[in-house]
Amino acid sequence: MNTQSNALPESFESQRIVPATTSATRPFYWSVRRELWEYRSIYIAPLAGAAVALFGFLIAIFVLSAANAPQRRPVLQDPYGQAAALIMMAAFIVSIFYSLEALHSERRDRSILFWKSLPVSDLTTVLSKASIPLVVLPLLSFVIVVATVVIMLLLSSLILLGSGVPIAAPGTAMLGQMGLMLLYHLITVHVLWYAPFYGWLLLVSAWARRAAFLWAILPPVAIGGIEKIAFHTTYFFDMLRYRFAGAGPEVAGSDNFFDPMTHFTPGRFLASPGLWIGLLITAACLAAAVRLRRYQGPI
Amino acid sequence: MSVIEAHGLRKAFGTTVALDSIDLRVEEGRILGLIGPNGAGKTTALNAILGLTPYQGQLKVLGRDPWNERDQLMRDVCFIADVAVLPRWARVSQAIDYVAGVHPRFDRAKAESFLAKTDIRHASKIRELSKGMVTQLHLALVMSIDAKLLVLDEPTLGLDILYRKQFYDSLLNDYFDRTRTILVTTHQVEDVEHVLTDLMFINRGRIVLECSMDEFESRYVEVTVRPEHIAAAQALKPIHERQALGRTILLFDRVDRQQVARLGDVRTPSISDLFIAVMGNHAGPAKGVAK
Repeated sequence: MNTQSNALPESFESQRIVPATTSATRPFYWSVRRELWEYRSIYIAPLAGAAVALFGFLIAIFVLSAANAPQRRPVLQDPYGQAAALIMMAAFIVSIFYSLEALHSERRDRSILFWKSLPVSDLTTVLSKASIPLVVLPLLSFVIVVATVVIMLLLSSLILLGSGVPIAAPGTAMLGQMGLMLLYHLITVHVLWYAPFYGWLLLVSAWARRAAFLWAILPPVAIGGIEKIAFHTTYFFDMLRYRFAGAGPEVAGSDNFFDPMTHFTPGRFLASPGLWIGLLITAACLAAAVRLRRYQGPI
Repeated sequence: MSVIEAHGLRKAFGTTVALDSIDLRVEEGRILGLIGPNGAGKTTALNAILGLTPYQGQLKVLGRDPWNERDQLMRDVCFIADVAVLPRWARVSQAIDYVAGVHPRFDRAKAESFLAKTDIRHASKIRELSKGMVTQLHLALVMSIDAKLLVLDEPTLGLDILYRKQFYDSLLNDYFDRTRTILVTTHQVEDVEHVLTDLMFINRGRIVLECSMDEFESRYVEVTVRPEHIAAAQALKPIHERQALGRTILLFDRVDRQQVARLGDVRTPSISDLFIAVMGNHAGPAKGVAK
């Protein structure tokens, strides 16, 4: 082939230096944004949970304003915890389905060829996808729960004031305590304790060619089944059940984080080997997903 | 410095050899057409160059190892891997925002001005665009990136002739300059005939022909031989012979033009004529078609 370019031997080098300095966080930030564009259920589902909770609450206070005073207090204290549970449940379900789709759909619709044509590393991509269940959804749930509880308080004040009944709502100090407990619960259980679930699901979504859901479910079932038949024990299933049920006693004295008597036990949680084993498994799954994405093309 | 430099580039899928120790050198400022039948190894070669697949042998693209440095390499390399790989769920504006967000060499104003010449609206979802419009959008994104190497793998597959013409026209008029390099594979050889500066035929994982277009024009001659001269012409060892409308057409490599001019009408063959001749000589199945 012709060699007429030798006049510019250093042209690649000289141009490389000039504008190519993007900070490492920019591709990450935009990769997270593109996940939010693609999977709108990330924010729609928790918002829908909040809407359902508010709707139920509205019905409850209308029923209540017609009832007698002694029955009011317990009914009014409960709905905050129930609303939080509903919103976090929605976020958890979205996290599961999102993690299973995240590295699969880009291969299915061939768009992985477009993403890979841009200067974004596989590590950045996988971390941005992992950040959805591990950072974005817990934060979103927190904000939505707080907003929902505030709306509930305002609604109940308005309606109960209108009906001339004294308000039995928690004070600001208690609200602060509830917020803290909620944040603590989200970080310990939903992020740190559940992390291996998300890691595993992301790994399966990077690996499976089809039926990612089956590949996510079958290996654990097989391991547990083999253990049961071979050794007549159920350690593996027990372990999964224990993990799924949340960190339980390690996290706090009580499961109800809107109960003012609940106390944090972060020391006990941080000292539990289960936490660290889970985080190691998460890291291994994510590392494997990064490596797989490098090899994977469209399916 | 070469833009692409490969020595003994090899890739096998199980027992199938997709690339059989290829040596390749592409200089800056060239537009190289990589032409070959289906399954010849074109896409595998491009995937290796783009860091999408591991390989054996040596390969440097802009001085980098594509497999281990894909993300850095993609600052200087753009590719359109296929029609319709843009995310179908995204809006046009989101695709622009994302590229602007992650690519340090993306010129947003340029992309906007390219898009202004089309019917594509920013609010449209990519799934709502026609195949031709998706290609226009992808080309607008890619042409707005100040890259050194652009790789196109069947960029116009399934598009009508208007879009195809427009695609290569804007590539030449609005994008290409002597400091950029373009590598293109396509089956629609006639579309790129007057675009290329260099030509490479690949078959069964091997490079079977490599020449610049200048060389192509001086080397190859196609002669529509007058019936009385057929024996004399065949004595000059044509690389290919075919019949058309009762005339015998012979293709010569490196013959004296004056000499063959006396035997019949002389013209420069098209790339597809040469392709059929070369593939016919290298592969069994193509021969039947050529005769």
